[in-house]
Amino acid sequence: MAKLRYACDQDKSVLMNNFEARGWIQVNPEDDFNFYWANVQNIRNIFSIESGYRLSDDQFINHFPNHMELTRKDLMVKNIKRYRKDLEKEGSPLAEKDENGRFVHLDFIPQTFMLPSDYNLFVEEFRKNPNTTWIMKPCGKARGIGIFLVNKLSQLKKWSRDGKTNVFTPPTAKETYVISKYIDNPLLIGGKKFDLRLYVLVTSFKPLKCYMYKLGFCRFCTVKYNANVNELDNMFVHLTNVSIQKQGEDYNSIHGGKWTVQNLRLFLEGTRGKEIADKLFDEINWLTVHSLKAVSGCISNDRHCFECYGYDIIIDDNLKPWLIEVNASPSLTATTSSDRIMKYKLISDVINIVIPPGELPDVRWSRIPAKENLGSFDILYDEELAQADILTQEIKSRVGQATGTRGARDSKRTTSTWK
Amino acid sequence: MNDDCFMYGNDHQVQVLQAMKTMELYADLMETAQKEVNKSNFKLTDLQTSIELMFNDKGRNGTLKNAIYKYICIHAAKHSEVPIDHLKDPISYVFKAQQSWEKKIMKSLNSMCTELNVPLARQRTEKEQKEFSQMWTALGADGPDFSQIRPVYAPKDFLEVVTSLNNVNYRSANNNGFNLWGIIQIPLKNRTMDELRIQFNEMSINQWQSGMDDEQDIFQEIFHDDRIKLGQKVIASKLAPLACEFTKKGSSISLRGDLWCQMLGIKIDDVDVLYYEKLKSNVLQHELLIDNLLYKDVKLTATNDDHYFVFEDFLYQVLLPFSRDTVVLRNLLENSTATPARSFIRGKVGMEHFEVYYPPSGVIPFHGFAMYVSPLCYLYKEPIKLYYVFRELYMCYFFRLHVLSTDPQGILSLSQLFETLLQTHEAELFYHLKSVNCQPLKIAFKWLMRAFSGFLASDQVLILWDRILAFNSLEILSVLAVAIFTFRKTNLMKVQTYSAAEGVLADLTTLQVLPLIQLSLFCK
Ligand SMILES: Nc1ncnc2c1ncn2[C@@H]1O[C@H](COP(=O)(O)OP(=O)(O)O)[C@@H](O)[C@H]1O
Ligand SMILES: [Mg+2]
Repeated sequence: MAKLRYACDQDKSVLMNNFEARGWIQVNPEDDFNFYWANVQNIRNIFSIESGYRLSDDQFINHFPNHMELTRKDLMVKNIKRYRKDLEKEGSPLAEKDENGRFVHLDFIPQTFMLPSDYNLFVEEFRKNPNTTWIMKPCGKARGIGIFLVNKLSQLKKWSRDGKTNVFTPPTAKETYVISKYIDNPLLIGGKKFDLRLYVLVTSFKPLKCYMYKLGFCRFCTVKYNANVNELDNMFVHLTNVSIQKQGEDYNSIHGGKWTVQNLRLFLEGTRGKEIADKLFDEINWLTVHSLKAVSGCISNDRHCFECYGYDIIIDDNLKPWLIEVNASPSLTATTSSDRIMKYKLISDVINIVIPPGELPDVRWSRIPAKENLGSFDILYDEELAQADILTQEIKSRVGQATGTRGARDSKRTTSTWK
Repeated sequence: MNDDCFMYGNDHQVQVLQAMKTMELYADLMETAQKEVNKSNFKLTDLQTSIELMFNDKGRNGTLKNAIYKYICIHAAKHSEVPIDHLKDPISYVFKAQQSWEKKIMKSLNSMCTELNVPLARQRTEKEQKEFSQMWTALGADGPDFSQIRPVYAPKDFLEVVTSLNNVNYRSANNNGFNLWGIIQIPLKNRTMDELRIQFNEMSINQWQSGMDDEQDIFQEIFHDDRIKLGQKVIASKLAPLACEFTKKGSSISLRGDLWCQMLGIKIDDVDVLYYEKLKSNVLQHELLIDNLLYKDVKLTATNDDHYFVFEDFLYQVLLPFSRDTVVLRNLLENSTATPARSFIRGKVGMEHFEVYYPPSGVIPFHGFAMYVSPLCYLYKEPIKLYYVFRELYMCYFFRLHVLSTDPQGILSLSQLFETLLQTHEAELFYHLKSVNCQPLKIAFKWLMRAFSGFLASDQVLILWDRILAFNSLEILSVLAVAIFTFRKTNLMKVQTYSAAEGVLADLTTLQVLPLIQLSLFCK
């Protein structure tokens, strides 16, 4: 079997160890690679028109050209809002609204405005409920940098005065912010706030093919939660980013504040029952699929691309999950030894789905991985298989009517969704 | 019901009746009977029927059955013909060893006091009490400084005591389970593999089990759904024996909390709530050196454990009141060889009247004690429920794991069971390990002593403990320990040093206990 050639922009051991374990040969990104783990800056260059770069059929790369549509905070919100509006226009049952004008099935992101562009809209909304807390986040940053909480308009005014925001030059991504309703009733465990970091692999947007990694984790704050306004600027209470929490004096480097999603499930099922736990995880899968569907129309579905996203999700105390953001390059730095094992396995499982073991890399392959190659990934949604499902069900029901027998459930076939 | 029940003759009926008299149920029955008799239309000839009616009333029947079942279970767990007084017979060398061990622990506590210049117990000032009560649910962050404190003893210290028991010049009279290569050389009667197979019959491979992490399979799904429906019926029945029968094949995660309460006979009422509050106020009033040991233990174990760190503050809310609970002490005095340490109230040394048990529960925690509580945090989110389930588990099972006795469920017997099983069924492996100077028990002992908590993944500990409760036996711990050695045999056969063997067995978090136990029990 020919040795594959890989290129890699990041000197991360969980990546390198994987490539080396497979006996792959490292090459420069400029050379002929089969597999390129690139960082987001370089992706932009590769796919820019000027570069004139053309990928061939045996080349894979780990980002979609315009993944920003999903992974930049403002664009994600814009796309999800548009997706809901489009469904509403179509009269889709998915776009059903309740008496307060809220989407029943698609209300999974906190209310959000862009700043400075939506400033007036925001002020209007703020005045309706002056006692709510909002969270300001720069669109072009990550790891909790530049985030602050706001509960008075004066704080925003100060921000716009201090900032370089100028009416004469349009703001760049780094200067634009989103302001979202702060989820002030997060589910607490042991009195502490946490969020989920889930890994979602997409191998195609059209038709949508996505996979949920079973070994996601919860990221805990090191300090007890406290919604008191005096604590609004204590980031150890409010921001769950590991890069923030690591700075805290109560940070524990053995577990790094990371608790597996499997343990979360064990806890919720044990203390609240199976139905409640099932419902929560179903809703998480649901929101993930719809966040992807929301951008499937605008992401250019290049056959050479796949992407492993880091989803940030907060669960509130009614056990409703909220999508906070999607990261294009979730951290591959291992903070603890189990973290290292998990991330190593993540990369290994990603590779096995993108390039089926024992086969040569070929972007034209069916993208229907065999069950044994899924590793710790579950199929979240496969549009192609789902449509085939509908078709066979229709045929079956017709045949069933004709012959008067009921079709038995076939348990061996790969399923098209998580359910 | 359990076969053991039939072992009890008239003597036991009397004992059961005696025990019943201290129960709330008894008072309730008496009162109702009195009322019945005092009714004007009461006829002596109707006595029998009206009493029968009374028993069948308002679920009393079930409560009564549960009470008797529990009594029998606790006493059957010992399935020993030797009365407790005899076990405490001072000529028994096991008892002597236990006593001198307790003395040693107490001595080390006292020297810690002297060294750190802190008293064993101290009353908190009013101000301190107030502060302490405010941080009751956040003791992890705001608790005292205990950097000076060190655990009084760890499993390996206790293992030394256990192994030192060999010195006694004794040859086993019965050749059943003769422990040739092991380090436990005490005449104890252990079950054989065949007996264990019968005992744990419900776990056999040809029977479906909850908690098997098999492939998603349609039959598996149907099985789980049916189990949940059946389990709900079992819970509705409120009968302890039914819950045990059901749980022999495992409980499903969402029913486990209720099933365990049912098996342990826990129903939290106002009196229990008050009692917990009383213990809590005892904690607020007095600070004990033991508290620091408990803090330290949580900090060294659960706080650093990726399965349990989120529960840190719950653990204090259970462990601190526990150390004040004299119900635990009473249980130890009545059902074990333990003779907990006593101390005198300050200034009254030598005056019998002022002698008190220290701590009030009689339990001095060892390194890892908090791990008896930690897995329960996955089942109960209210500290009070957590408290009572833990207390009951401790009084039924866990105390046996750190007290020296000839109890067939005690740590000595479990250790020896482990050794004899391994010797009989993995002779080659045992011989190899022994020849490279690595006694298997030296590695397995801490697993047994902590009932595997903190070694296995959290879901697996719960699956294991399901079986302890359901079969009312700790012997499954030894079986699992043997199974782990079998499972890692290939690598263990290659080791040449003790630390290499330790390395092979260092990480158990990836193990699935059910297939392992089945492998060990039913695949030979
Ligand atoms: N709407 C919100 N409500 C509550 N907490 C939030 C909200 N948005 C963000 N956070 C907290 O702030 C952290 C960082 O926000 P995020 O949007 O993920 O930005 P970054 O790119 O800096 O990670 C999140 O992980 C979460 O803990
Ligand atoms: Mg984030």
